[in-house]
Amino acid sequence: MDAEALKLLGKYIGAGLTTAGMCGAAIGIGLIFAAALNGIARNPAQEGKIKAFAFMGMALAEFMGLLSFVVTILVLYVVK
Amino acid sequence: MAEASLNPVEQFELRDYFSFPHISGYNIAFTNASLWMALAVLGVFLFIGLGARRPALVPGRFQTMVEMLYQFVSDMVESSAGAEGKKYFPIIFSLFIFVLFCNLFGLIPYSFSVTSQIIVTFAFAAFVFIGVTFIGFYKHGLHFFHYFLPKGLPGGLIGLVLALFMIIIELFSYMARPVSLSIRLAANMTAGHILLQIMASFVAVGIIGLFPFAFLLIFIGFELFVACLQAYIFALLCSLYLNDALNMH
Repeated sequence: MDAEALKLLGKYIGAGLTTAGMCGAAIGIGLIFAAALNGIARNPAQEGKIKAFAFMGMALAEFMGLLSFVVTILVLYVVK
Repeated sequence: MAEASLNPVEQFELRDYFSFPHISGYNIAFTNASLWMALAVLGVFLFIGLGARRPALVPGRFQTMVEMLYQFVSDMVESSAGAEGKKYFPIIFSLFIFVLFCNLFGLIPYSFSVTSQIIVTFAFAAFVFIGVTFIGFYKHGLHFFHYFLPKGLPGGLIGLVLALFMIIIELFSYMARPVSLSIRLAANMTAGHILLQIMASFVAVGIIGLFPFAFLLIFIGFELFVACLQAYIFALLCSLYLNDALNMH
């Protein structure tokens, strides 16, 4: 195979492999909401505060998964 | 069928609408990003202006909406940044509502999503980062550097080594704030819009396109939620960084 096709092959394989980074974010968000459910079950009066914290934590954990998306875009479109 | 572009990244291209003469080699033009930012500002102006017209003590529906938004951000700033942070409520509210309207307008079909451009979100985040650091130095002087060395470390040689590591780690995590703030917003919007484009390309013409269309509708609903949530997270983190600069020293 010539160099151009090889480079494209490497790019596509690399971009596909970066999607493995989302599993960390998925587990993290699952843990956050598991803790939130636990807290609401133990203390239903604090539901408002716990929900606010849960959404804030979800956004911060989701950001880590989106960093892997950023690497995917970098590999696909920025690397020559 | 019309020649529809199925490239999901093409929606993020900047298109010049009106070019000004080049100043020292820089291409200054009125692009579609400028147009949609101007439309967002107009939207904010109309929304709050129409809500604040003829303010009544018992508010009507529109005034209630604007008041709810105001109270929401006010409560958030007060609970995050304390009583001293109330002074900075106008900038946090402006940031929040501009980011919210830019996010929401980006969901209109055939529009341009302004906050998906990393340069726009980086401008916001750099502004907040530099402003908050400046506020910290203005309030505490050189004592601001004590932020990077938390209390409660053991004394002696091991304490010195620990302190060195803590300072380096704290410094790096402080520097990572504008990066994380900007990339969070931009990557969320970019990923959402790429996914919307891909799902819209699944919809076929005719009765067979009913299920993909229903799924697309649900996904647009989810993207609406993400738009509002990301604007709230941006404003919340800005007020938390402000709290770090004002207190905790």
